Amino acid sequence: MSALRARALRKRYGDLEVVSGIDLDVAPGECFGLLGPNGAGKTTTLRLCLGLTYPDAGDIELLGEPVPARAREARGRVGVVPQFDNLDPDFTVAENLRVYGRYFGMSRAAVAARVPELLEFAGLAGRADARINMLSGGMKRRLTLARALINDPQLLVMDEPTTGLDPQARHLIWERLRRLTQEGKTLVLTTHFMEEAERLCHRLAIMDRGRLIAAGSPRALIAEHIEPQVVEVHGSGLDRWLEDARRLAPRVERAGDTAFVYAADAAPLIGTLRERHELSYLHRPASLEDVFLKLTGRDLRD
Amino acid sequence: MRWIAVWNRNFLVWRKLFIASVLSNLADPLILLFGLGYGLGALLPSVAGMSYISFFAAGTLCSATMFTASFESMFSGFSRMHGQKTWDAILYAPLTIDDVVAGEIVWAASKAWLSGATIFAVAVAFGLAASPVVVLALPVAFLVGIAFAAIGLIMTVLAKNWDFFSFYMTLIMTPMTMISGVFFPAEQLPRPVLGVAQALPLYHGIELVRPLVAGAWPTHAPLHIAVLLAYAAAGYAIALKFARRRFTA
Repeated sequence: MSALRARALRKRYGDLEVVSGIDLDVAPGECFGLLGPNGAGKTTTLRLCLGLTYPDAGDIELLGEPVPARAREARGRVGVVPQFDNLDPDFTVAENLRVYGRYFGMSRAAVAARVPELLEFAGLAGRADARINMLSGGMKRRLTLARALINDPQLLVMDEPTTGLDPQARHLIWERLRRLTQEGKTLVLTTHFMEEAERLCHRLAIMDRGRLIAAGSPRALIAEHIEPQVVEVHGSGLDRWLEDARRLAPRVERAGDTAFVYAADAAPLIGTLRERHELSYLHRPASLEDVFLKLTGRDLRD
Repeated sequence: MRWIAVWNRNFLVWRKLFIASVLSNLADPLILLFGLGYGLGALLPSVAGMSYISFFAAGTLCSATMFTASFESMFSGFSRMHGQKTWDAILYAPLTIDDVVAGEIVWAASKAWLSGATIFAVAVAFGLAASPVVVLALPVAFLVGIAFAAIGLIMTVLAKNWDFFSFYMTLIMTPMTMISGVFFPAEQLPRPVLGVAQALPLYHGIELVRPLVAGAWPTHAPLHIAVLLAYAAAGYAIALKFARRRFTA
């Protein structure tokens, strides 16, 4: 049985179909990533799966419960980390957890017993009585994660869990999320950090304009969609060099002054670049980001 | 009864800010009551068979309840819904927008009831009430609170920004306070204006409370109670409809 299963999901706002026929299958214990540019429909998809927004068409099953019909029952076993923190500014760190537990119908004693370990998990053990507006962005994010765990959920839904965090804070969140996966929890997250998706997710789906355009493990997506080597080149005389390079590389993408040259073997390309000192280049293995840009294009999405 | 968790959240915040909250809810009506009641009351021997300050205390009990219920469900409610996104966080839990709407309305009515109850206590302490029957004003205050909390929450779930509330405040609440018998008997108004007052909920709250302060049984009590209940029920249903549209569309 899937932890989350969606079939032919559709949602329209006015003239714009935000979600246009999506199928999802997330296995229990899996970390599943939904990738896509801004406006791809990721957040709406999550809201539909949680029963917070009702779909125009399609079927959803969350932890075996039909959604939205029995979304309430499903959400009792789910934790949610929203894109923007909505901690309760009227309460302290510990009070935020205590009040949140009450929304799940937990007894005062059950919540009180859970709060210390969650503060420990979030690295906020010394901050139980701090006010929310005294916390850094990273601390707020960790507290939001701790809050989502108050009911010991089987499945955790996270919308861009590390957006806006500095590298230290981001790595700490990643470490905690890995720990949750090891504990057997199912994770569903959206992100547009390819590094995050590559590090955390067992499986990914790339979403654009309301549709899923690719799915698989990070390695499989790279192997399937892109040549293994990339050379990024910029400088004067780029166009002249590209005329030669196109014979050596199957695919070239141009973004402003920079050319992204994709090849199975980059050595001949590097050879031609060594003689051209007016050109700067960077040679690296292809990443998920290259797959993402190939599939969703390089245009801005605002 | 899941909505109690929503009520409880607001109660816990209120308890933290207890002093400031009570002070702001009581200072205004009490200053008005004693300022106008004694000041104006000295000029008026009696109004509708009672001292002006007793007359005015009954009106203030209802209008203070109305204002507290309205402010709590509109301004505080909008802050929770829109600014702080507290409702969004609640909706991730096994609670629905129906629970939030019910919790917010009962909470605003509870806080409003406390405003009314404090004026009740002051009125009793100063001997403004004629008999123990005045204690029945307490459940009436809760009913007034529920009706105005529900109407206020309609405004909240329809509001795009804070300015939206000034239309309701200026165009409806303020005139309603003037014509509903808070400051003077509504019966001395021109017939059509009285008709408008009688179509609105505040008038009926005052028609119930004023005789109770005077030590008498209200005439047409079932009618007044029915009007307040109707406003509460319709307000709740309409607020719920628009809240569902805003949150699950």
